[in-house]
Amino acid sequence: MKKIINDPAAVVPEMVDGLVRAYPQILEQIPDTTAVVRADKASMVGKVAVISGGGSGHEPTHAGFVGKGMLSAAVCGQVFTSPTPDQIYEAIKASDQGRGVFMVVKNYSGDVMNFDMAKDMAEMDDIQVASIVVDDDIAVENSLYTQGRRGVAGTLFMHKILGHAAQNGASLDDLSKLAAAVLPHINTVAVALSAATVPEAGKPGFTLAEDEIEYGVGIHSEPGYRREKLRPSKALVAELLEKLDDSLHLDSDKQYAVLVNGMGATPLMEQYIFSHDLFDALAVKNITPAFTKVGNLMTSIDMAGISLTIFELADPEWLAALQAPVETIAW
Amino acid sequence: MLTPEIARLWLENFATLIDTNKAHLSDLDTPIGDADHGNNMARGMQALTEALAAKPDLDLAGVFKTSAMALISKVGGASGPLYGTAFLEMAKAAKNSADLPTLLDAALAGVIKRGGAQVGDKTMVDAWTPLVKAVHDGTLSQAVIDEAVATTEPLVAKKGRAAYLGERGIGHRDPGAESTGYLFAALLQTEGAL
Repeated sequence: MKKIINDPAAVVPEMVDGLVRAYPQILEQIPDTTAVVRADKASMVGKVAVISGGGSGHEPTHAGFVGKGMLSAAVCGQVFTSPTPDQIYEAIKASDQGRGVFMVVKNYSGDVMNFDMAKDMAEMDDIQVASIVVDDDIAVENSLYTQGRRGVAGTLFMHKILGHAAQNGASLDDLSKLAAAVLPHINTVAVALSAATVPEAGKPGFTLAEDEIEYGVGIHSEPGYRREKLRPSKALVAELLEKLDDSLHLDSDKQYAVLVNGMGATPLMEQYIFSHDLFDALAVKNITPAFTKVGNLMTSIDMAGISLTIFELADPEWLAALQAPVETIAW
Repeated sequence: MLTPEIARLWLENFATLIDTNKAHLSDLDTPIGDADHGNNMARGMQALTEALAAKPDLDLAGVFKTSAMALISKVGGASGPLYGTAFLEMAKAAKNSADLPTLLDAALAGVIKRGGAQVGDKTMVDAWTPLVKAVHDGTLSQAVIDEAVATTEPLVAKKGRAAYLGERGIGHRDPGAESTGYLFAALLQTEGAL
């Protein structure tokens, strides 16, 4: 393991401290936690707070999306480990303005349980809390009898849509309805070239041969659905797009937002090449995305790979919500 | 009858087993999870040990409640809420009972409620269920523990992060079941607990 750190056990507190001191105009640390809240308190007054969080290692997610027009607070757990209920609860208290708090949770058993416990704690203090569990990763079969799909990079579209609505005065109930409406339209699938190394583990979560790739990996090096030899960017786009098409039934009469997301160790140069192939492949289907983002937004520490998210903009207002300006570090 | 002193010894023995085996637990968690179970549990048990040391005069419910709060606030992931809920339910039950099997019944019910897993889902519930029964029956032994934990190996996971592996998880032991095995092995090491 070769990393610029001091002590594997101190990674999260030192990272949060560095982040907050680098961007004091945007973020404030909530005392005695590794959670952050908007520095611009005036922007939160009278609004429902949208908060999120999860394990660390996905930077700039989640703290990078805290700011006016997006999240009110974010809770940074240990690396790849859900934050604890007491920390989530502190973020709820720090962001609540009396109109309630909406939590965006990714579908991992730990996150779901810890956010649930925090919700119980908040309700004992008469703070209204609602939530959505995002499960956009179509690599995993969804079934009543399993954990269901994972929540991955598509969660960022949920943050943006809900953050925009909350900034414009939506109620907690409005946000619950909006989140439920948006959720089935966001789908993501990924390809990995190498696994992430968790600092405390010191070795990669799995190993791929020099010429091997794996489709369908999650954002914590969870295994995917197929391994094969590395192929050109065009072929990777074709594979991921076919999966998404099977699920979303892409249609040239509809509008789409796309997110080409680097997993941490894949250069932007390669992400733009992948995007070039993606635009070509979509053009064959007579589709020009109405909104595009490319970059390292929901990473998996130092995993090499890309995830592709397609979001069907079933409501024209969702496009406006994606385009609206925000004051965050990373959107 | 479980006393606060015996409960403390049990938890100390559990903490030692977790700390000794943390690399092994994380190794088990590598092929079917995210390689952090040992480190997370070790961090939580260290916090638990410190929290108990700071409060020497707790009653039985207090010992379990302090343990639960330490785990809930330090572990995170899935094991924090699961072990935290187990100890919290034992704390609630300890207000009316000092009978170990009764407390363990409450703990198991809490784990099932929090995680939503059933026997056969390849989770800690597969270890908890037969081991709680063995405590009721007076048959708990290291062999019974080893057998209970090993039952998770041939299963396909239906809950937790291992569920994403599907059949590829077959042959791997569930790390949560392994750490649950240590909780019961710690009972065997604790004089007067059983």
